[in-house]
Amino acid sequence: MDTTGLQRISECEWRIPASGKMRVPAVIYATEALIVDMDEKVREQIVNVATLPGIVSAAYCMPDAHWGYGFPIGGVAAFDPDEGGVISAGGVGFDVSCGVRTLYTGLTVAEIEAKKAELADALFRSVPAGLGSRGSIHLDVKAMRVMLDGGARWAVDQGFGREEDLEFVEERGRMAGARPDKVSDQAIKRQQDEMGTLGSGNHYLEVQRVAEVYDEDTARVFRLARDEAVVSIHCGSRGLGHQIGTEYLREMAVSAARYGIDLPDRELACAPIASEVGQSYLGAMRAAINCALANRQIITHLVREAFASVFPGVELPLVFDVSHNTCKVERHNVDGKPRALYVHRKGATRAFGPGHAELPAAYRETGQPVIIGGTMGTASHVLVGTGESEALAFSSSCHGAGRSMSRHEALKRWQGKQIVEGLAEQGVIIRSRSYRGVAEEAPGAYKDVDAVAEAAHASGLSRRVAKLTPLVCIKG
Amino acid sequence: MEPQTLLSGRWEHFPHGADIGVRGIAPTLAGAFEQAALALTAIVIDPADLDGDEQVEIDCEAPDAELLLVDWLNAIVYEMATRRLIFGRFEVETDGNRLRAKAFGRPMDADQLELAVEPKGATYTALSVARGEDGVWTAQCVVDV
Repeated sequence: MDTTGLQRISECEWRIPASGKMRVPAVIYATEALIVDMDEKVREQIVNVATLPGIVSAAYCMPDAHWGYGFPIGGVAAFDPDEGGVISAGGVGFDVSCGVRTLYTGLTVAEIEAKKAELADALFRSVPAGLGSRGSIHLDVKAMRVMLDGGARWAVDQGFGREEDLEFVEERGRMAGARPDKVSDQAIKRQQDEMGTLGSGNHYLEVQRVAEVYDEDTARVFRLARDEAVVSIHCGSRGLGHQIGTEYLREMAVSAARYGIDLPDRELACAPIASEVGQSYLGAMRAAINCALANRQIITHLVREAFASVFPGVELPLVFDVSHNTCKVERHNVDGKPRALYVHRKGATRAFGPGHAELPAAYRETGQPVIIGGTMGTASHVLVGTGESEALAFSSSCHGAGRSMSRHEALKRWQGKQIVEGLAEQGVIIRSRSYRGVAEEAPGAYKDVDAVAEAAHASGLSRRVAKLTPLVCIKG
Repeated sequence: MEPQTLLSGRWEHFPHGADIGVRGIAPTLAGAFEQAALALTAIVIDPADLDGDEQVEIDCEAPDAELLLVDWLNAIVYEMATRRLIFGRFEVETDGNRLRAKAFGRPMDADQLELAVEPKGATYTALSVARGEDGVWTAQCVVDV
């Protein structure tokens, strides 16, 4: 992105003043190098978001922002229903509540290394990954609707995991206000055989080394110790979320004119929060959040079974579970006044600061763990929410490395087999059903995740706690 | 995988920051829709590698040709996901508002086929259905994967 026309507020904060149809300014949190690396479409999209009715304060881009659908991926925007605010299916995305869950193993890297190949095989057998793989769980329509209301809470009740897991999942594992009756038969049919599956694309299951600790006190609370191993699971609401996104995007695109909404881009399709379409989508989207939370809970159970076969007695408690494609109602102080806002995070992570009432007691003093997923060849990061983040971007931070290159270009540059062999030489075991899928997800196709985490830290959106590097990657 | 050139048209992929653009090019609107569908399959696997005689009928209706293209591609995504089929050939009839089609394919067996990535849904990004000055139709959009 060309920085012409951007006002530099600080090292990592840039502003596009409101002009034309923009109702609020747009704010980008990133270093100059990250901005220069962003597609020009990011500017166009965040400016378009700033034109939507009822938007509050500003439209925000996180440091990992890239070209998305209507909203940039890495976009954050809050809307006030009392000011004609809207809800946007494109502002949430197709993979509703895609997110990352990290588990504590209590094992040292040396212990993992001694049985790494055996562990990789056990995980690859246990967790269905990639297109065409099937889970062992089939839910009938009635069970699907119960699951869509219950989320991870439902999964624990079915025997997938433990009661104490729920404390460390956003919304305590169950998103309130879900309306399974607003989820179509088609969306349900698409999901009936997909519970407990990882999916494909950028989804993964990794065993990771805690390679660096930046904040010892917070890391201790999160149970992250240097040279110990953790497990991270990145996936979402699978076919159900995709179908809900597809159906409501179309419905909102067709009905926008009826609600007097002038869409600068069809992909920004949205509806007034108070409208029938808006309320239906809200209920269906919340059901999809529950689907994603249940899915990650089932996968957690499968991961525990695989670990138990290699390391008997290992319990794998949760560090935390974050979602990064959501719209949630949250209370935020705006100009000194508390307001209930509909906060869209499209490829952005909630990052509540210390003292927030919704945090588990164990993290009330530190703030929320913010888990930033990386690539199979680089690193992931754990950060922590800050008090200042609410004023910066409604308590939000980045979600991943963010692509810097299209899949098209990645396929031209790399071959999957070479990537797998090269990473094996570096000590990273990859298990995948598709070399082409690996090539499309080549580490070089992503931004520098360390630079993204540093920008999130420098801007105050969240504070770095630890860096995780891959030991084993089950690639979706 | 290189784009395929066929007598009745051709398909290609075009770049998008995070995902994949699909484009069908053909002398007729129906042909462009068939080729765009092949480009969708090619996200998963080279359609030239596919055989199979399982047949699925798809009907769509939309206010305009662009929405019809998205509906058509999303209908294929849905059939792929729920029937676990992958399609290597399409026969389309359309007037730009209504579409009737047959998709021919085979089971999506991960043990027999190397399947790359799952299409989540067709989007309105870079969406266009147009006839050029040379009379050739192009139908395209970005697919989220």
